[in-house]
Amino acid sequence: MSVTPDDVRRIARLARIAAPEDRLEELAGELNGILQWIEQLNEVDIEGVEPMASAVDAKLPLREDEVTDGNKRDEILMNAPRSEEGFFVVPKVVE
Amino acid sequence: MSSLTDLTLAQARAGLDSKKFSARELVDAHIDAVEKADALNAFTQTTPHLARAQAEESDKRIAAGEARLLEGMPLAIKDLFCTDGIETTASSNILKGFKPPYESTVTANLWAAGANMLGKTSMDEFAMGSSNETAATGSVISPWRREGSNAALVPGGSSGGSASAVAAGLALGGTGTDTGGSIRQPAAFTGTVGVKATYGRCSRWGVVAFASSLDHPGPIGKSVEDCAMMLQAMASFDPKDSTSLNVETPDFSAACKRSIKGLKIGVPKEYRVDGMPPEIEKLWEEGRAWLKDAGCELVDVSLPHTKYALPAYYIIAPAEASSNLARYDGMRFGLRVDGADLTDTYEQTRAAGFGPEVQRRLMIGAYVLSAGYYDAYYLRAQKVRRRIRGDFDEVFQSVDALLTPTAPSAAFAIGEKAGDPVTMYLNDIFTVTANLAGVPAMSVPAGLDGQGLPLGLQVVAPALQEEKMFAVGAALEKAAGFTAKPEAWWAV
Repeated sequence: MSVTPDDVRRIARLARIAAPEDRLEELAGELNGILQWIEQLNEVDIEGVEPMASAVDAKLPLREDEVTDGNKRDEILMNAPRSEEGFFVVPKVVE
Repeated sequence: MSSLTDLTLAQARAGLDSKKFSARELVDAHIDAVEKADALNAFTQTTPHLARAQAEESDKRIAAGEARLLEGMPLAIKDLFCTDGIETTASSNILKGFKPPYESTVTANLWAAGANMLGKTSMDEFAMGSSNETAATGSVISPWRREGSNAALVPGGSSGGSASAVAAGLALGGTGTDTGGSIRQPAAFTGTVGVKATYGRCSRWGVVAFASSLDHPGPIGKSVEDCAMMLQAMASFDPKDSTSLNVETPDFSAACKRSIKGLKIGVPKEYRVDGMPPEIEKLWEEGRAWLKDAGCELVDVSLPHTKYALPAYYIIAPAEASSNLARYDGMRFGLRVDGADLTDTYEQTRAAGFGPEVQRRLMIGAYVLSAGYYDAYYLRAQKVRRRIRGDFDEVFQSVDALLTPTAPSAAFAIGEKAGDPVTMYLNDIFTVTANLAGVPAMSVPAGLDGQGLPLGLQVVAPALQEEKMFAVGAALEKAAGFTAKPEAWWAV
């Protein structure tokens, strides 16, 4: 499998990274270099093997559904690129 | 009298307890060393006022006979650890100016053990790299140079700032994180000791996430014992990290003094790779002889899926990163670049805020998780990961630990491997398997190559058996007698 500049445009959109048209060719080359190297995984016999998502086999722990932290509005908003009156200010999303 | 910055952490602790010097004197000596070492570019910012205040508290504790494990120890903290009210950037422009309103569990543990913070250390952006050349604040320079050459060398990565700081005597120890080798490879490159414990021993809470199932916080130090002491403080069960292990932390320092007589040490044949310098092969052979002399039995073993570890890693890690780094959208923290609409704002923000290597990995991650490719790439890689873990499970039925080289080469020059991503990725060929399996591993400096650069040997142990790892590591350290230090060319 190899990716084309069209694929790169689609992937960049999925990753929400602006990719200028004049760089798509170059990016496709870079990604293909990595993907071709990864192809060797096709040699491995994975018949009947369970996928491994974590090195910890234990079930994820549950806790009571209650507030354990909070009342930090102002501390959190201190890092916001824009905020007003205790809210994040974001670009308009609904007309 | 030898300088305070020449001491190991264990020696400095003993010196404080016997009142040979004060914590304030100790921290001042290190702050002075940091200030003179701008040429190494190891720190993204320094925090001398905080370090001095913490040291003064340490002097009071020591006077009151209440010294803690790391009382008065000046440390360098990788800029991936969130520090309360102190800028934390992961060496990325997208987090420039970000001041977390909380402290990571690991650093909180260190401060609770009495350590003090000299500053935040530079790293490859978001811990993605093996040379520290992708940091937003520029490359970190290794204190080491090839004999007869002034060429700037990389300290390894991604925890290169901490490694460089410890190797140059700027800090008594440092924190790192290891996702594919990011503690052990820079330790090998800089003649320091680097430890990655069992996955889940050290909490990931408050550590900027790269690939959550592979990220391991750990120490970089001047000696095996120093790393044992730091890991002792760093490790804890943390309900705020869902994969934190609820287990007792053993006495790692005591483990360093254990006899290794009778231990079976596996030597995996797959770690002999084409193009490995003969000096590394020779050092590995010496390491086997040292352990044999110490009473170990050396056993040839096989980990047949080793060659597939790196390609599997370069699916799993970017996939997890593409999910983790989705949070950098310019809305709640960090950089925002205003675009024509919301999507354009996201895209412009991320294009401007992330460097080329991070963008490359995020695109790989998005691709291998996308509809139609998920099974062929991501699911397959997770199954290969299980095979790799199976190799370790199998081999640890018959041996206590493994001995391998840490990295396939000594440190290289800035720019030397920056051209081709895959060439750079191969740095982690011997380290990445332990991340996929979640088993503890450490790098111990064991010798110099023909050009006078440090080389490391790696010890890998079964999950939760760090004590064996420390015992073997300490024995290697003793036999190797590695005392070389870089010439202080950087000090002004």
